[in-house]
Amino acid sequence: MAKAHVTMTVNGKKVEELVEPRTLLIHFLREQLNITGPHIGCDTSHCGACTVDLDGKSVKSCTMFAVQANGSDIRTIEGMANADGTLHALQEGFREMHGLQCGFCTPGMILRAYRLLQENPKPTEEEIRFGISGNLCRCTGYQNIVKAIQYAAAKLSGVPLQEAAE
Amino acid sequence: MNAQTPTSAERAEKLEGMGCKRKRVEDIRFVQGKGNYVDDMKLPGMLYGDFTRSPHAHARVKKIDTTKAAAVPGVVAVITAETLKTVNLAWMPTLAGDVQMVLADGKVLFQNQEVAFVIAEDRYTAADAAELVEVEYEALPCNVDPLKAMAANAPVIREDTKDKKEGAHGPRKHYNHIFNWQAGDKAAADAAFAKADVTIKEMIAYPRVHPCPLETCQCVASFDKIRGELTLWGTFQAPHVIRTVGSLISKIPEHKIHVIAPDIGGGFGNKVGAYPGYICAIVASIVTGRPVKWVEDRIENLSTTAFARDFWMETEIAATKDGKILGLRCYTVADHGAFDACANATKWPAGLFSIISGSYDIPAAHVSVDGVYTNKAPGGVAYRCSFRVTEAAYAIERAMDIMAQKLGMDPAEFRMKNLIRREQFPYTSVFGWVYDSGDYQTALNKAMESVGYKKLRAEQKQKQEAFKRGETREVMGVGVAFFTEIVGAGPSRNCDILGIAMFDSAEIRIHPTGTGICRLGTKSQGQGHETTYAQIIATELGLPADNFMVEEGNTDTAPYGLGTYGSRSTPVSGAATAMACRKIKAKAQMIAAYMLEVHDDDLEWDVDRFRVKGNPERFKTMTELAWAAYHEVPPGMEPGLEAVDYYDPPNFTFPFGAYICVVDVDVDTGATKVRRFYALDDCGTRINPMIIEGQIHGGLTEAFGIAMGQEIHYDADGNVTTASLMDYFLPTAVETPHWETDWTTTPSPHHPIGAKGVGESPNVGGVPAFSNAVNDAFKFLGSTHIQMPHDHWRTWTAADKLGLHA
Repeated sequence: MAKAHVTMTVNGKKVEELVEPRTLLIHFLREQLNITGPHIGCDTSHCGACTVDLDGKSVKSCTMFAVQANGSDIRTIEGMANADGTLHALQEGFREMHGLQCGFCTPGMILRAYRLLQENPKPTEEEIRFGISGNLCRCTGYQNIVKAIQYAAAKLSGVPLQEAAE
Repeated sequence: MNAQTPTSAERAEKLEGMGCKRKRVEDIRFVQGKGNYVDDMKLPGMLYGDFTRSPHAHARVKKIDTTKAAAVPGVVAVITAETLKTVNLAWMPTLAGDVQMVLADGKVLFQNQEVAFVIAEDRYTAADAAELVEVEYEALPCNVDPLKAMAANAPVIREDTKDKKEGAHGPRKHYNHIFNWQAGDKAAADAAFAKADVTIKEMIAYPRVHPCPLETCQCVASFDKIRGELTLWGTFQAPHVIRTVGSLISKIPEHKIHVIAPDIGGGFGNKVGAYPGYICAIVASIVTGRPVKWVEDRIENLSTTAFARDFWMETEIAATKDGKILGLRCYTVADHGAFDACANATKWPAGLFSIISGSYDIPAAHVSVDGVYTNKAPGGVAYRCSFRVTEAAYAIERAMDIMAQKLGMDPAEFRMKNLIRREQFPYTSVFGWVYDSGDYQTALNKAMESVGYKKLRAEQKQKQEAFKRGETREVMGVGVAFFTEIVGAGPSRNCDILGIAMFDSAEIRIHPTGTGICRLGTKSQGQGHETTYAQIIATELGLPADNFMVEEGNTDTAPYGLGTYGSRSTPVSGAATAMACRKIKAKAQMIAAYMLEVHDDDLEWDVDRFRVKGNPERFKTMTELAWAAYHEVPPGMEPGLEAVDYYDPPNFTFPFGAYICVVDVDVDTGATKVRRFYALDDCGTRINPMIIEGQIHGGLTEAFGIAMGQEIHYDADGNVTTASLMDYFLPTAVETPHWETDWTTTPSPHHPIGAKGVGESPNVGGVPAFSNAVNDAFKFLGSTHIQMPHDHWRTWTAADKLGLHA
């Protein structure tokens, strides 16, 4: 199969590759770029384990071809930490509030929460639950994921964390 | 002692030992996308395998032509049963004493059964070529209904065993019959029913469901022809068992098989068994001389690797008219699919189903279970429960409600009247299990007070009146469940897997600087073992939890163990960890006595040190003793500080809990809103309350999914109609209720640290609590039992049958 030429920015780095036109973005990231943080959980775009941030939108990377992402700016869990290497408030929040267990949904969940907080920095619990409803978790029952996102929202907007930690 | 000297309590707190909400060690890598799951692996020259699968539920395989598939550029080999026969691997033994086809041999027995395995340079090519394997089928009549499996004219499913009168678990009474298993005293139970004032009988079905962890089953097999060694990385809840079984099947000596389970993305029982994908990947690596990866997709996962439940339980209770239970009977038909590949302890074809007497003091009982073959996927696993315990808990807890209804008693009051009393522990159940400890009335009372039970019932009564007056179309239900589990398999006198006693192990090595490594025979799939085992060590040895690395899953380095399922990690390996610590501590005490020039008996333990009795200024800390163990041991003592413990528990543990669920049901849409869910758990000693609470949230959410919407459904032609997340219900954050958790603490008297295990309790107790709540909502309209799952359609249908839409 003739390969297509793609360029994109992934976690701040320019990449230039040849891909089969049918290659899904998730396979391109995982197998060609060795970015294995985003996972594959369902193949039918229900579970959200493959969620990445693409040009300011949450995208399920199993539902998009790599060629469709040509020219885009992509962020994955590998690009979430702060510039100084410390954890992003969401990464910190997930650990502090016990928002993960097996860790398989976590990269997608954090990327989805990142976009949610960009669009709505002070979401209510209901807005958080609705906002992450495209991402499935089999371990936590979501309650602590909600708290983790509340923790991050509080931290990012400079509100004391006391309440979130309760 | 001066003012700066920390007190014992201050020193203890710094250890982050048992009882501390220690943050999880494993999260550091997971929140940065640095977990290491099987599909993240990439080895030089690695190939990919994919299956051609049967579209039929039951068909003769007339011909398999792999020519076109093999001709696809990039395809390296195509394996069929004929290939596997050359290495005697077309069939494999199951954990339940049956055999199972690895690839279709003559017939296919369930939809999506593995027919051919295509190995190619990349996964897209493998998938393309798998489509090009040409298979000629002759469709046969199929049966997917367990209650029709033993009919006179039922299709013969297993031609290889159809004439065998004896199965792995005794005599067979039909060609589709696998086993009959009984427990209890039938004559005594029958006598109890004969004299009872009130009896109830109900077919309580627990439909087929699937654990559906977010990561599917997968492996990478790499066979080194020169060394004759196989390395197998995979999603294994029980890596040592996989190695032993792999050796027995493949004839590769066990020491030349290296099984490694890296990070696992959830298991819930799905990853206990050995599946054709593993065998095919191994054979493919042997054939090609290159590493081979196999990763199932979600449809393959839901329709082929394991299932859970599919228990059809005709349950009866006999009682006096004032509500004292006299007897229990249950006749169950268990659908095991096309091969009996249930992951049970080998001697227990129906698992620990005789925990069905539950939390109640029942004088006479009998259960009988018939296992049958159908044209459905094999591999019944204990999905987030000990073997068949959730089925038993569901049957008894539904039946208790049905009996309370018939007696005109409140379901909580009826339970309270029959609960085993505190002074009866240790309590020998009617089936012979010795319940280790419990304080059931306290738990139920606390639960009822916490939710304001009386007020809820008063509100329900008002709403029922309003409904009858036509003022509302909503009905309210209050579900009560009181469960007792039997976990921590297990005592070797009761439990083995293929003859291997179900002990477990821990090996702890203390380094000279007072840090160390602990390796275990269990395998976390999200339970947080790296965090919690270190907390046990911290408390036992007085060294900070942060000083310990916990490692599991590598069969070359970890001591032998039976793995993680059935809530057995804490009851068994947790005990082994404590016992290994105590061996280390005993040696440290001798070293301390030598250094302090006193007799061993003159020393006492104080949090992190041995001190001289009556002279606390003279002490040696464990950090000092670790150094000394490599530096100045007493004459004649061997240097070093390490221990291994293989723990064979004297008994199971019996966690319990009281759950109350409140629902509001719209009878016109069937939509059911969970208004409140309160879960009180007693898991004995609590190692990490944060992790316990997290596991309860997760287990309740899985229970919510099962009770309110999950089913692996087959149509009459044997097509799986719920094999993707489009059709199989997994709760999202929107539907999932808010969870209220609570606890009492009744330590296990026989466990070294008193812990009982907790991860599965919420699934065991949650399902009946939801189901009882929905059923409770319709009771006042004359309904007795509505089958799970209580999705909107079924609930609407139930309302319709009650004439509510007339």
